[in-house]
Amino acid sequence: MSQDARKNQLPGYLRAEQERIEAVARGYGLDFFPTAFEMASYDQMNELAALGGFPTRYPHWRFGMEYERLSKSSEYGLSRIYEMVINNNPAYAYLLEGNSLTDQRLVMAHVYGHVDFFKNNFCFRATDEDTDGRVIDAAPRGADYSPLRRWIDRFANHASRVRRHVERHGIDRVESFLDHCLSLENLIDPWQPFRGRVSPQTEVDEEPIEVPRLAAKDYMDKFINPEDYLDARRRSLEAERERKKRFPAEPARDVLAFLIEHAPLERWERDVLSAIRTEAYYFVPQMQTKIMNEGWASYWHSRMMTEKILSAAEIVDYADRNASVLATAPGQLNPYKLGVELYRHVEERWDRGQFGREWEECRDYDAKRSWDMRLGAGREKLFQVRALYNDVTFIDEFLTPEFVAEQRLYTFGYSGKKGAFAIESRQFREVKEKLLFQLTNLGNPIVEVLDANHANRGELLLRHVHQGIDLQKDYAKATLEALVRCWKRPVAVATILEQKPVLLRHDGRQHFEEPFSA
Amino acid sequence: MALKIDQDHARFRHIVRGRIRENLRQFISKGELLGRKGKDMVSIPVPQIDIPRFRFGSRDAGGVSQGDGDVGDPLGDGQERPGSGKAGQGEGQHSLEVEVSVDELADVLGEELELPAIKPKGEARIDEDAERYTGIRRVGPESLRHFRRTYREALKRQIISGTFDVERPVILPTPVDKRFRAWKATSAPVANAVILYMMDVSGSMGDEQKQIVRMTSFWLDAWLGRHYKGLESRFIIHDSSAREVDRETFFRTKESGGTMISSAYKLCKSIIENEYPPDEWNIYPFHFSDGDNWSMDDTLACVDLLRQSLIPWSNMFAYGQVESPYGSGQFVKDLRGHFKGDDKVVLSEIPNKDAIVQSIKDFLGKGR
Repeated sequence: MSQDARKNQLPGYLRAEQERIEAVARGYGLDFFPTAFEMASYDQMNELAALGGFPTRYPHWRFGMEYERLSKSSEYGLSRIYEMVINNNPAYAYLLEGNSLTDQRLVMAHVYGHVDFFKNNFCFRATDEDTDGRVIDAAPRGADYSPLRRWIDRFANHASRVRRHVERHGIDRVESFLDHCLSLENLIDPWQPFRGRVSPQTEVDEEPIEVPRLAAKDYMDKFINPEDYLDARRRSLEAERERKKRFPAEPARDVLAFLIEHAPLERWERDVLSAIRTEAYYFVPQMQTKIMNEGWASYWHSRMMTEKILSAAEIVDYADRNASVLATAPGQLNPYKLGVELYRHVEERWDRGQFGREWEECRDYDAKRSWDMRLGAGREKLFQVRALYNDVTFIDEFLTPEFVAEQRLYTFGYSGKKGAFAIESRQFREVKEKLLFQLTNLGNPIVEVLDANHANRGELLLRHVHQGIDLQKDYAKATLEALVRCWKRPVAVATILEQKPVLLRHDGRQHFEEPFSA
Repeated sequence: MALKIDQDHARFRHIVRGRIRENLRQFISKGELLGRKGKDMVSIPVPQIDIPRFRFGSRDAGGVSQGDGDVGDPLGDGQERPGSGKAGQGEGQHSLEVEVSVDELADVLGEELELPAIKPKGEARIDEDAERYTGIRRVGPESLRHFRRTYREALKRQIISGTFDVERPVILPTPVDKRFRAWKATSAPVANAVILYMMDVSGSMGDEQKQIVRMTSFWLDAWLGRHYKGLESRFIIHDSSAREVDRETFFRTKESGGTMISSAYKLCKSIIENEYPPDEWNIYPFHFSDGDNWSMDDTLACVDLLRQSLIPWSNMFAYGQVESPYGSGQFVKDLRGHFKGDDKVVLSEIPNKDAIVQSIKDFLGKGR
């Protein structure tokens, strides 16, 4: 690492740029962790991107595949990675060697936006290692807030642990187990860090068990209701009551944690699975705030660049680059574009006082259009939004019909008639609904552990909370295989396929699909 | 600079190799790879490799986007998009283009068809398998323990755990400190070889027949090339007379007229005599024809040539008979009669493209 670090140091002129841009960012009120920039050649960049930005990850072919894909597309000139930044304290970011100075400036400005977001958005509080991954309160912290976020080290530790297991057990065994773990990677609960500490389950005072007695005269009682018979009866009733208790008592959303705690895994397997889980949780905040985070960074890079940093000669280059970052394509949603436009929309509304009851109840289109109370509260509102919202609440609260119309947002779906995806609607309600649905549970189906002793056979029963869209069956079946690998007993998932409740079950050899009623 | 990702990349290639192996027979009989060959690399389409998860069927999902267009307008031309399946078939059937070296492909071929490794003949053959100690690992036999590295690990551990005493610097290695040398077996081919392709281009050999020859030769080249340091290919076409051509011409030429197989064998003989002394070269004559020779006399002349010179000089002599609607297919029967029990002669009949796999196996199955 040390010789890499020296080689990847910034050249002098970029260090001067960094200082300048950092000062500009602070001048705008951005508040970020110390940020280190490193230079990377394009294949180093591809490597880092394939590894999710981290210099060291556990060994897995998936990273190799990603690397192959990235280096292909950069060789053919299809894509190029400009910017990569890691949520770490201090934050790390990479600059691509050979980019023009304008590009490097743009990237730096963008990165400071991200790091400000990492530091201040409440979701990222879940990645503070000193709070044990549990967020107690979401109140914004001051400028001297410097949590322990040494994720680069943590990921490297995971890597060396997994490598050690590989040396003990062989790459094939560990890798195939990793494959299975990664199949389960998304079975976590995004809101788990915000549930507060789980209190140890308090025993509910249960009614003491009353064994029915036969009526008898006092002097006959010990013969008709003998003590040892009553004891035996009480024990069997107690056992029955225990059996009736479901385990887990509440459906468990964090399937990975459930497996780590309760599946009959070997020690190294448990270790690997918990590393995967920790890393999965690390990435949750970034997925929860994709639109907000990219929007925030884009908002600030464009303000910083155009207002303070650029020289007149660079404007065209910058505009070209900025346009390609914010470009939209049919059938895709560009989080940079949607985010930055929504922030601007919010800023404008709060600058002009377009909120509150009066505004909501105003039915006069012209009045609304020229509504301007000259509040100038936009900036303040933006900083508040970046601290206290995530994508779901951001869209839910600030997406307005005017914005949907102005940005030409639409929903699309597969049309069997046309044999292609087609525009379905431009209605505000539908756009918002679909957008929120896509963001729900990070776009993953909600699957939870219902019963760890299904049919009293020690089988694991999961439930897919069906929200209108079926699971993809072949993938679901393959995932069941991964679950069986961990649980070592048959595993089933209750879901709905083509409007019929079904149970997909795998017993290690065969797949079954049977009708199911809860 | 060596990248850390190289190891992961190698694992990925390993998986890709497995995929190629699964689909190898299809690649062979469809000839899909012929047009995808670069200098040393072949670009191969393999089915997308993915990690399965619980996820939504993408067809019903759709999404939100922005831009122009009226309700009902289709989006784009149905090109692949992230999160969209192709219409009318299973989702997630995207394929992945991977580049594989010809050598790697040959290895896959060898594994899948269970081909024996070729044993080169001649004095020039040096020991091919070299074991080299290239790395360090944590497990291994005591005899390979790396003393210095073990010592260093133990020292490191003791310093970290605070049990190192400067006054009394005793280092006690525990099993976790031990480091062992790791080795890697490498094989480097040393001998030279030449393949002499001969093909009948008389009127009765049609395009399809030539395509079969071409597809077969692709794999023969790959496999033999894997085993020799330098592999040369020579190409002879013949009808009633023979001439040497380059690869392109070899597969393109169409002549009419009769067939004198002996003419090709004579030319082959003279090429070997002049350029490839048999005690230095591994020689592989491959002859493809539809089995329709001019006369019985000529066939006898061929047998003579083979018996006197070609077969003794060569590692093996292979004859592939491609079925054609015009050929009589007599030649293979004649050869079979004359060379019964000679295991240097390999005869294979290739009725159609699906049989290419089998004939490759016939040709290369002897390990010569």
